[in-house]
Amino acid sequence: MRSRPLYGRLVPRQGSSHFIVADGEGGEAVAALLTAAPDLKSTTHIVYIPGTNGTDLTTMVAGLGAQVFHAAPSYASASQRIRKVLGDAHMGLQLYAAGTEGLIGQVQRDAIAAGLPHDALQTEQRGSLARRVQCVHCKGITENVTLDPFVCSHCGLNLFVRDHYSRRLAAFQGVCIDAEDPGEVPASEERFK
Amino acid sequence: MSLDDAFKDPFFRDESFFGDYTYRNTPHAVNRFPFPFPEDDYMYSVNMEPHVSGRPGSIFEHCFDVDEHYVSEMRDRARVLEQDPLRCQSLPHMTLAGWDLLELIMEKFSEDYPQWFSLTKDGNKWHWINRPLGIDQKFTFLDESTLPMGPFEYITRQAQGDFTLQDQRDDNLWIEAGMVTSQADWSLDFDIGMNFHEWHAPVPLAHEMGIFDRALKFLLALQHGAPVRRFNWTMTVDPLLDTSPENYHKWGPSKTTMTPETIGKRQHLRVELQTLIRLPRSNAIVFPIRCYLISLDDLVTKPKWARRFHRVIKTVPDELATYKGFIRNKPMILDYLAKYDDGAPTSPGWWPED
Repeated sequence: MRSRPLYGRLVPRQGSSHFIVADGEGGEAVAALLTAAPDLKSTTHIVYIPGTNGTDLTTMVAGLGAQVFHAAPSYASASQRIRKVLGDAHMGLQLYAAGTEGLIGQVQRDAIAAGLPHDALQTEQRGSLARRVQCVHCKGITENVTLDPFVCSHCGLNLFVRDHYSRRLAAFQGVCIDAEDPGEVPASEERFK
Repeated sequence: MSLDDAFKDPFFRDESFFGDYTYRNTPHAVNRFPFPFPEDDYMYSVNMEPHVSGRPGSIFEHCFDVDEHYVSEMRDRARVLEQDPLRCQSLPHMTLAGWDLLELIMEKFSEDYPQWFSLTKDGNKWHWINRPLGIDQKFTFLDESTLPMGPFEYITRQAQGDFTLQDQRDDNLWIEAGMVTSQADWSLDFDIGMNFHEWHAPVPLAHEMGIFDRALKFLLALQHGAPVRRFNWTMTVDPLLDTSPENYHKWGPSKTTMTPETIGKRQHLRVELQTLIRLPRSNAIVFPIRCYLISLDDLVTKPKWARRFHRVIKTVPDELATYKGFIRNKPMILDYLAKYDDGAPTSPGWWPED
């Protein structure tokens, strides 16, 4: 899909400070990064969020020895902190995001909004392929969508996930699947595990 | 904006694109309809040509075509914007491009249709009169505080067709403003901020054919004063301009209620005349997407169009018919059109009588 971003591997870069946001299995990518470049630890700030699929590496990531470690229950709960750090960024800040596509997309969106160049962010996708999906009808975003079709958590329409991704919204597009034949909804499949 | 006096000029039809659907084409409008198929089959192509003045009376005569549906289309736009203000958005850095577009439309309208529009300038003090819509506006060019809304929204509430503005940077085009109330199922609110390949992502087949790579390369080199145009097309049940994804759950069911008895009146060929114009100050590209609708009953009054349209629909791949949203009614459309195709050869080009 042309609008979907490509993800890489986190590699250590020279910088005055390092800000890492990760969720779920993304914690393993953080561990790999700091193991490869232990000298980063003294200038690193980590925000870690357990995965909604149950993967919780909080204890492991907390033990990596970063200068600042913050455990957050959800992206929404951490977003004020993340935006503040991005807004305060000085030249030389290195930014990393690892974990689900939904998390990476939100960090990218917030980084762009803070005026950071889009290539200032390194990304690594790990773990669940669950998607953030915006309902094109009511504009509400449903987090951690694994089924297709699924029910919009805001307006209740039956949505299929179109292969179309917005970086500005950090979300895929959900479109009503039974618009032409209300009630005729195919069985959901687990497409984004 | 007052529409009260608008229909005093009998040229403009008082009609609706919603609810009771009183939209019709007069014989004059049918004669000049932009039938988009120069050959008997259809496949994607970049198909761009210079947007130069064409045959007098045709939709190509002027840079912007103002036709008999103008006033009613502007009323429909106002209705859609009232329901959903997100259909007009402009990122903050696009204001200058909005002024570029305002200037272009005011100048072209007043030059090409002096009976309806006038623009007088005293330095930056401008005076704009739009008689069909009953607008008389004095303002200072490039001073936003002197207009009732931003320049982009102000002028695109007075011009038929959807408009998007593309900023050019990093060897790409970024869709960063739009007035979108008569779209063929795409969402400005979702796509705003995307680059050229991103916003075309859902289109099938064309990426693999290299269509978008070639089109982008071509557009990045677009020069001021040398606009280009192309056609696109789809099918719409009832003359509904606002076939938005936002409202798809409301208009989608209309596709299931067409019958062989009503198809001639209800099924419309929807043609977009897409033009691309480089703007002088901002270096942005404006993309007007002008929508023309014709019922099958009106289309088949031109024997050449009837024969050719039957052949085009017959050869459209199912993947494309699905994307364009008429796969479920394709058999019924073909049954209707087959009656008008005697197998006779057609002449090249799209003009009905050539």
